[in-house]
Amino acid sequence: MDPKIIADLHKFYPEIVITGTFLLVIVADLVFGRLRRAVTFALTVLGLAAAFALTLPLFGAAPGTMFSDMVALDPMALFFKAFLILASLLVVLAAPGSRELSGSGLGEFYALLLGVTLGMILLASSTDLLMLFLSLEMVSVGSYIMVGYLRNDRQSNEASLKYLLFGAVSTGVMLYGITLLFGVTGSTKLIVIRHALAGAATPGENSLILLVSTLFILAGLGFKIAAVPFHFWCPDVYTGAPTPVTAFLSVAPKAAGFAILVRFFFTGLSQAGQGLTWITFASINWMPIVMVLSIVTMTFGNIAALRQENMKRLLAYSSIAHAGYILMGAVVLTSDGLQAVLVYLITYLFMNLGAFMIVIEIYNRTGSFELKDYRGFYRRSPFLSVSMSVFLLSLMGIPPLAGFFGKLYVFAAAVNRDLAWFAVIGALNSVVAVYYYARVMKTMVIDGGDETSPVHASWDSTALIWVMLIPTVGLMLFWDQVQKITSGSVGLFLGN
Amino acid sequence: MIGLTHYLVISAALFSLGIMCVLTRKNAVSVLMGIELILNSANLNLVAFSRFTSGNLDGQVFAVFTIIVAAAEVAVALAIVLSMYRMLRSVNLDRADTLKG
Repeated sequence: MDPKIIADLHKFYPEIVITGTFLLVIVADLVFGRLRRAVTFALTVLGLAAAFALTLPLFGAAPGTMFSDMVALDPMALFFKAFLILASLLVVLAAPGSRELSGSGLGEFYALLLGVTLGMILLASSTDLLMLFLSLEMVSVGSYIMVGYLRNDRQSNEASLKYLLFGAVSTGVMLYGITLLFGVTGSTKLIVIRHALAGAATPGENSLILLVSTLFILAGLGFKIAAVPFHFWCPDVYTGAPTPVTAFLSVAPKAAGFAILVRFFFTGLSQAGQGLTWITFASINWMPIVMVLSIVTMTFGNIAALRQENMKRLLAYSSIAHAGYILMGAVVLTSDGLQAVLVYLITYLFMNLGAFMIVIEIYNRTGSFELKDYRGFYRRSPFLSVSMSVFLLSLMGIPPLAGFFGKLYVFAAAVNRDLAWFAVIGALNSVVAVYYYARVMKTMVIDGGDETSPVHASWDSTALIWVMLIPTVGLMLFWDQVQKITSGSVGLFLGN
Repeated sequence: MIGLTHYLVISAALFSLGIMCVLTRKNAVSVLMGIELILNSANLNLVAFSRFTSGNLDGQVFAVFTIIVAAAEVAVALAIVLSMYRMLRSVNLDRADTLKG
């Protein structure tokens, strides 16, 4: 066996720990009778915490690839590893408190979540199209089951079926695109693909087949980040899935999708240009395509969210719109833009998960996701209403909350690349978004409801909401660190 | 002499038939068959490119992995379709209509 593979294993500890925890959780779920709820929960939390702790020492490692150039170990991959493990950990902490999941055993849920987490961190660091496809499927197949976790619930089943059909078709189309790219360049390794495209005999060679292949691959990646026009599954799946799963899907696999989208387009289909910018190849200029995708995604997401009456559906469309903003950071093709993507994802993690935590808690108490049942909630639970308002204000991008900084970085990156019109479209979209977020706040705080009985949030969800609330409000106090971490994490391994 | 083009034409035809099947069928199982056609058209492409252009075995290895992944995906898919059948006594996709808006 290649000795380098053995030597690389110590850089692979986070993945190994997650795999081990995955197996342990399955066994523990079978072995421990009455205690299994507590044991599987503790194991999952410990496993994810250990994986997170093991990721941190890797941050100083020299960028490179492991396992025959299958996965990269570079600052960007490590950032996403830490980010995705943290996101999964937060969702695991929220799961036992959810009334939707209380009827079924949670052991399998944790096991699936660990499997999907493993898939996500591999996806975020794939540098080979084979690895990309395998880890994408690992994330997708696990998510299909998680969405359909409530076996006796018609909506959950239906959501799972829709997710499955859309997902399978888009990954199939993506696979076809991958084969065309392999045919043109003769390799599945992103770095070799870049060299092959850069060394084309005549500029613009094979441009038609490359265009088709890029569009097909974009279908698969766009499905993961729920970009329009590959978003059809998103509102239905988010509504039908158990809410902790919805919260998970809206943050973690989406972030992993962005990680691989950036890695695919930056290391495979573009080359380093002047300073800290990238330029596309003459044969495949993907920048305008993704730019249109970004504009359409944010505009559609915001406009469709305006008339939603179901909170989960509203947050689904809002997450589509946010995907549009994040794409904006990726498509300007600069280091600033990449940093903006990372900043946006950090802020999005806390504010979006926070909003979903409150939706979970309100459902636990009232049994409803409908906006009309949120009427006059301020009188029933000031804490839930005020913290919901903070998360929504942050999603709007109101300073000094975290969400503002995400938008600021993204728009600034666009302006710095002389794409001011692009930033203006983003800013106009944020104005539209204010309407539907403010509508929820108005319903909760100003409108009077018939129901006035007080609602007390349980201590564990209160604690979790605080965990989300503190970074959402206080992230600006630690901006130096956020700036340092994100600017240090934009490095992609581009080959020796 | 059968060359690369022949394989690519067949694979493109399979891909198109798969997409057509996915778009027009109402039966969930038929849609899954369409997805299989799409995946197999990609396999054919991979093996043909591996044989005629790249000169290495990457494509053939990729095709083996694709077959495995397709099997795993279909296993999950059939379980989900079965679960829908238990609930609705039907695999007609038009019946899955409670989520909309």
